[in-house]
Amino acid sequence: MSLQLDQVTISLGTRQWCFDADLGQHGVYALLGASGSGKSTLLNVVGGYINQGSGHVLWAGEKLDALAPHERPVTTLFQSDNLFAHMSVADNIALGLDPRLRLDTDQRAAVEEVLKRVGLSGFNKRKPASLSGGERQRVGLARCLLRARPILLLDEPFGALDGRTRADTLALTRELITHHSPCVLMVTHDEDDATAIGADRMRVQDGKLHTDLPAYRRAQSNNQ
Amino acid sequence: MTLDRFPWWLGAALATLTVAVLVGAPAVRLISEAGALPWSELTQNPWLTRVLRFSLIQAALSTVLAIAVAIPVATALHHERRFAGRHALITLFGLSLVLPSIAAVFGLIAIWGSAGWINQLLTASNTSLRIPVLYGLFGILLAHVFFNAPLMTRVMLQALDRIPNNEWRLAAQLGLPASTRFRRLEWPVIARLLPGLATLVFTLCFTSFAVVLALGGGPRATTLEVAIYQALRFDFDLPLAVALAMVQLVVCLTLTLMGGLFGKGNDTGLGLAGDDAHHQAWPQWHPHTQRSASHRWMDRTLILTMAALVVPPIVALTASGFNPKMPTVLTDSTTLSALLNTLFAAFSAAAITLILALCLLSGVRHLHVRFAQARTGNLLQMVGNAILVLPPVVLGTGLFLLLRDHVNVFSLALVLVILVNALMGLPFALRLLAGPVLDGAAARDRLANSIGMPRWTRWRYVDLPLLRRPIAQATAVSATLAAGDLGAIALFGSEGMQTLPLLLHTRLGSHRLDEAATTASLLVTTCLMIYLITVRLIGGKTESTS
Repeated sequence: MSLQLDQVTISLGTRQWCFDADLGQHGVYALLGASGSGKSTLLNVVGGYINQGSGHVLWAGEKLDALAPHERPVTTLFQSDNLFAHMSVADNIALGLDPRLRLDTDQRAAVEEVLKRVGLSGFNKRKPASLSGGERQRVGLARCLLRARPILLLDEPFGALDGRTRADTLALTRELITHHSPCVLMVTHDEDDATAIGADRMRVQDGKLHTDLPAYRRAQSNNQ
Repeated sequence: MTLDRFPWWLGAALATLTVAVLVGAPAVRLISEAGALPWSELTQNPWLTRVLRFSLIQAALSTVLAIAVAIPVATALHHERRFAGRHALITLFGLSLVLPSIAAVFGLIAIWGSAGWINQLLTASNTSLRIPVLYGLFGILLAHVFFNAPLMTRVMLQALDRIPNNEWRLAAQLGLPASTRFRRLEWPVIARLLPGLATLVFTLCFTSFAVVLALGGGPRATTLEVAIYQALRFDFDLPLAVALAMVQLVVCLTLTLMGGLFGKGNDTGLGLAGDDAHHQAWPQWHPHTQRSASHRWMDRTLILTMAALVVPPIVALTASGFNPKMPTVLTDSTTLSALLNTLFAAFSAAAITLILALCLLSGVRHLHVRFAQARTGNLLQMVGNAILVLPPVVLGTGLFLLLRDHVNVFSLALVLVILVNALMGLPFALRLLAGPVLDGAAARDRLANSIGMPRWTRWRYVDLPLLRRPIAQATAVSATLAAGDLGAIALFGSEGMQTLPLLLHTRLGSHRLDEAATTASLLVTTCLMIYLITVRLIGGKTESTS
């Protein structure tokens, strides 16, 4: 069981990427790199939002290439807009269990449970517009949890949050990762985010994916 | 500073005064005459109640049918981004508003009439099936759906295309099935439009004149608008005309108020505001791309059915103009003078509409930007919607009452037609111009003032380039509407004073179908030419839109 990128090439306009890596089953990675370097492109190809020119994305040896986003063993938390604005918090989360929103009693209890875990008990009936940015992302996280897919993609999910909220949400994310141990790919601009969730560094540069372990170790020793 | 001394209110005040005189005076006269009527007797009048009931029922049925057609077709068009002729079809849907209704009626008769294409096909295939007689409720409903379903489809499609991409991304990630996507994503967008859109279409059908005049008539299928015309022009029953006009006024006032209530926050835009239809294919991951084969076929069938409703009448309209009578009709002096009258009336009306709209909007802009009086500004803009309360035939009745003691009303026919049509175009012109005039006006004012730009320079280099295309659009739409209008000219016209729509109506009425066919083609060609030439001449070359 592992997430593999087997010579995945992508071209968008004049730009080209070639990703080749074995990311293991429970790896937690932070994807660093300059703006426009292609970090999100990598996430999009794993999530199924763009098609690669050649090569394969594999999970446990199975090719994911032909699968629609929802058929992949993947769940994504985007930077923003993870919720349907006109639906309640509970319904937004419930979509993770049943896209038709026909929930049985157990599933309804599961929604309550996960709301409690992200610290939003009693928010069931609220609409996304009445939540803060941090609360909205926690609702998004809650749904990711319920979907319980083995691969979790985080596309700068905390980029728009302010310091305190960001720290809280990161801590929550870290706890969830420890608990469920999915394979995590997180795009971020911020090395501190990577440290906060205990991620290994990777870097997208010149159209390639570079594992960047020395930087990670340096950061670790700085923290001690 | 010059700007402060400039009497900014002058234009708006003059425009308001003009509208007030043109609409207010006839309305007041109408109401005062109506006050003298024996209303207790009139409310017992079975004719009046029957006409009112039919007007309401046909409008309600037309609205429901148009909605029932538009929702599935709009969603299907939203799903199917790539097929040959999509662009043309959507453009055609937008035309239904400027297509002269009397010409469209001719097109419908050519297809659905007793000797129309469908019945000819049925005869040829030896079945005993026949299309029911077009005249009466069936024809009226068919024509109203023909006009309004495409309009609604376009407005709904624009709204559906504006569903944010992230919602589809989420839907893809969660694997929402088609039924859930409709219920959770597409339906809410449509539902938000429905109250405003339904009120608009109901109003259009309720005040529909040409369609009912041509396809209805008789005691069983007459609307208030047509009944007023008949009372005034055939029975010379002024009290009855006044009573009918009064009822019409009350209903229209109610509808306008309802429209104001429902229209809040969602501008149905009348499907006019340029072509912002999207034609790029949906990306691979998109739920619309992943639809099942049966779903795709259903969507395609829906689109084809709609095309089959809309396209043939327009083809018939163009094609049947070429007949043996064509040379005589086109060189006939009646036709030519009607053509000249049409062109003159159309451009005069459009010029007045444009001046009124720009004057009103300059006042609105000053209220918005300099005095932060958005509410007053919006009220001022409402002045332009006066015609919605007083539909052309009601306004005409008022004008008739007002003028008949002083002049021979029919000798003023062309002037009156121009004035009524100018007012008719005003709501459309205001809708098209309000956005470009008001959006970013504050920033432009600040910038222009900070560098002390003189008024004329500012108009020449700042406002005109921004407004040129909207002005062209507004002029073109008002001119085309005026060219195709039958209401005012039917009321005031005569043998000696005809326009193409009236001529077409007369020829249809006397069953000279070949002559009618050529007249209809000429009318449509004229409208199309007016539209295209105005957009090109005033709007300048279309730059490749970015």
